[in-house]
Amino acid sequence: MTETVPTHHLPPDGLRRFATIWCRALYPATATSMTKREFEDLLVALSERLAIALRARSFDPSPGVSVGEALVTAHCTAPEALTRALGVIDAYLLLYCADPAVLGPDEGRSRCAKLQHAIAAGFARALQERTRSEQEALSVAALTAQTEIANALHESETRFRAVFRDAALGIAIAGIDGEIIDTNESFARMMGSASPPRRRNVLDWTHPDDSPEVWRLQRELMRGEREHYQVEKPYSRSDGTVLWTNLTVSLLRDAEGEPRYMLVMVEDVSERRLLNLRLRYQATHDALTDLPNRSMFFERLEQALAAGSSQSRVGLCYLDLDGFKAVNDSLGHAVGDQLLIAVAERLQPCASGPGQMLARIGGDEFVALFVDPPTVDSVAELARRALDALATPVTVGDRELMVRASIGVVEGPTRNLTSAEVLRSADITMYRAKAEGGNRYALADPDSDARAISRHHLTHHLPAALKGCEFFIEYQPLVRMEDGSLEGAEALVRWSHPRHGVLGPDRFIPLAEHTGLIVPLGRWVLQEAVRQACQWQVRGIGGPRPLRVNVNLSPRQLHHPELVEDTVAVLEEAGLPPSALCLEVTETAMIRADENELRPLRELAELGVGIALDDFGTGYSNLANLRRLPANTLKLDRSFTQGLQRDPADPVDLKIVEGIVSLAHALRLSVTVEGVETSTQAEQLRELGCDSAQGWFYARPGPPERLPEAV
Amino acid sequence: MERPTWAPQGIDLSVPSVSRVYDYYLGGSHNFEVDRITARRALEAFPGIPKIVQANRAFMRRAVRYAVECGVTQFLDIGSGIPTFGSVHEVARQAAPDARVLYVDNDPVAVAHSRAVLSGVPGTGILTGDLREPEAVLASREARELLDPSRPTALLLVAVLHFLEDEEKPHERVATLRDALAPGSLLVLSHASGDNGPVTVEQCGRVAEIYRDGGSRLVMRAESEVARFFEGFEPVDPGLVPIGRWRPDGQIEDEDPMAFSGIVGVGRKA
Repeated sequence: MTETVPTHHLPPDGLRRFATIWCRALYPATATSMTKREFEDLLVALSERLAIALRARSFDPSPGVSVGEALVTAHCTAPEALTRALGVIDAYLLLYCADPAVLGPDEGRSRCAKLQHAIAAGFARALQERTRSEQEALSVAALTAQTEIANALHESETRFRAVFRDAALGIAIAGIDGEIIDTNESFARMMGSASPPRRRNVLDWTHPDDSPEVWRLQRELMRGEREHYQVEKPYSRSDGTVLWTNLTVSLLRDAEGEPRYMLVMVEDVSERRLLNLRLRYQATHDALTDLPNRSMFFERLEQALAAGSSQSRVGLCYLDLDGFKAVNDSLGHAVGDQLLIAVAERLQPCASGPGQMLARIGGDEFVALFVDPPTVDSVAELARRALDALATPVTVGDRELMVRASIGVVEGPTRNLTSAEVLRSADITMYRAKAEGGNRYALADPDSDARAISRHHLTHHLPAALKGCEFFIEYQPLVRMEDGSLEGAEALVRWSHPRHGVLGPDRFIPLAEHTGLIVPLGRWVLQEAVRQACQWQVRGIGGPRPLRVNVNLSPRQLHHPELVEDTVAVLEEAGLPPSALCLEVTETAMIRADENELRPLRELAELGVGIALDDFGTGYSNLANLRRLPANTLKLDRSFTQGLQRDPADPVDLKIVEGIVSLAHALRLSVTVEGVETSTQAEQLRELGCDSAQGWFYARPGPPERLPEAV
Repeated sequence: MERPTWAPQGIDLSVPSVSRVYDYYLGGSHNFEVDRITARRALEAFPGIPKIVQANRAFMRRAVRYAVECGVTQFLDIGSGIPTFGSVHEVARQAAPDARVLYVDNDPVAVAHSRAVLSGVPGTGILTGDLREPEAVLASREARELLDPSRPTALLLVAVLHFLEDEEKPHERVATLRDALAPGSLLVLSHASGDNGPVTVEQCGRVAEIYRDGGSRLVMRAESEVARFFEGFEPVDPGLVPIGRWRPDGQIEDEDPMAFSGIVGVGRKA
């Protein structure tokens, strides 16, 4: 069956005009993103659907439903939009879209109303659906977002868990009351218990060695007055051992800022602490004897002097072994070290009382500190105990060694004393004991202190003295025995000390040798002596044969790598022939030198420099060894010539000297004798064949300008 | 202890979200009662908001079309909110089928909804990010995948900068983004302002207060302050104007007076 639509006679552009009116009313009430033009085009299409439905032969209002839905799709969703949409239809649809001649007014009104009902129904249904689906979509989105965040939180929680579980740091979380809530494995392992110590309270972890501030800090944290603290703290492990930790406790607050939890982090520092203690021990103890060392001694002494009240006193025994150098030199360092260990063991019990400490502060120097001694004599008593302890010989290997010591005893109020002063006084006093023959103690006495010059003081001032030209040289003539003519002179260095006057080489050469200052000092002496020898030559002193100058060479200089170079340079600079210089090396130093160490001397000898073996007879040298030494002169020690001072001379001494001279001559060594003091002596030695001599009998050491008088 | 960056932010559905409130203004139902309470209070204080919002959407559409006309087919929309109808990618891909759009929002619900809407739509992406952290946005995997930094990009900051207070350094954030853009890129910007239209100072203050109650800030800025966002950009004709006056499609007289609130503009990076 086909339905023919009756022909309506309508105004031209009726649909468009209707849509324009509709759009004007509806557009302001929409949220559409269309432009007004696009929106009007949409409404033209919707108008056409309504017009067709309106004019159909048999009326069906259902297209109105689709128009209502279309309006919602076009975002005319506001209630106001529906009112406006229906208002325009009610007022203008029939007018522009139906011919009253075809569609009667009553039928037209009825159809128009029914279309409006259908539009409203379609609108309502579409809006309901849309609202539902949007709400659904939003809920899904919210759920999705929550799930994603829950997953992310879970992952983050997992990561944090892993950090907590696998951390090398021990971590515990406790409530603000201190009850442990959770711990990680490292924590349990450190605390040394098989099961984590749950149900335990942080506040129970006291230890006798806790620093007092730990628990103050902890209380402040629990009251919320402190966010965190860090301390070094010991814990008792369940096995009874002690765990030293670097402890950090942090306060965790809730969202309102109230204290809720404590985060406890412990780092095991037991080993580090042990290492520190060991290092501290090593830094404060002598490796050889295990006694406290110099720095610990000074630390204790400073403490005693600083902490002392006006009543407190301090006592000190400064002990130095007599002749220890000889032991070292003759028996070697290994024996010397054994001896020092044995001495330390003997001395240790002498200074083990309260307030007493024994330290080794130098090679063979020991010091016993006595804090707050009851009497002066109790310190002297300590010194006597020390001497008694050393009275019996010490067995080192298969040797029995006699040990003798000199002790300086100081006792006094701590007030106004510095550690340096105390030690200097003890040092001076010790030297007094040594000067009095050794193997004894001496009590410090301010008067002798003032006169004495401490080694420390001299050592301290040596460098400045060298810079400040406080040294000068005296020359002691060497006389040819054959005719009594002047052969040369030995250069002897002196120190013109601003406070202590002129000091002989025995006072400072060992110190310079010890500190190494001997090298620059020795070079200065050499330069000066060579320059002087040149002057004598220029002025013609000594006749046709040029005078020779003898300069002493210390063991350390002997080992100095630039000895040959320096010596040659000095000679060349001054223009002195090498034969006018003789270097004196002690027998002890020379026989201890190996072939490498002798090489420089050999080189110098080959250049023509004379080499004298000084103090011959004190070094117990194997006479057969003389052959291998680069010396061309032998200086006989004064101890051999002392017996010749008497008249008649000691026959044994005569024989010895005779033997040495004959041996020396056999080895093509000339012989010089020292310490010639009398004419008898001089005559004897001349008869025995000695080549040259020096001593007070001829001339004392003096300034270079006095040398000509000796001729 | 500072929270690590990889630990997620929480989600709280009991506080209103500016993007869901915005959806309500547009007549949508992507909102919860908590959002509607805030929106109703704002509408009570200032009934014209929906018209402004609508005009703002229309501006965005005109600006996107303009960008495509200029040959710019990459879009970075920061503060994209809940996608409803007439979104950037719809408009852009209608004009240029190969257009690429990266949406960025800091609201996890808006991001989840966007992801659902965009699933299966080629050339689009959504990123959880914040205008306050532009470096993170630029360095994101999504940005690297979708946007070619050597080609011009249209940066859309539509109705988002007024949620940043001065302390949050909005001008610096925009400058950071600008520096990452290729020459020829566009800045499409709209901002709430009391300078234009029928809105009163009292209404601005009241609405800002209502937003603050909901945990958000709303900062009205004067035209001179808005102009500073365009430093390094050459303003495109007609410059900074009320929303409805930026290259309108039809007769200006037809527009609702509310459409002349706010400040919008487009600038081109030299």
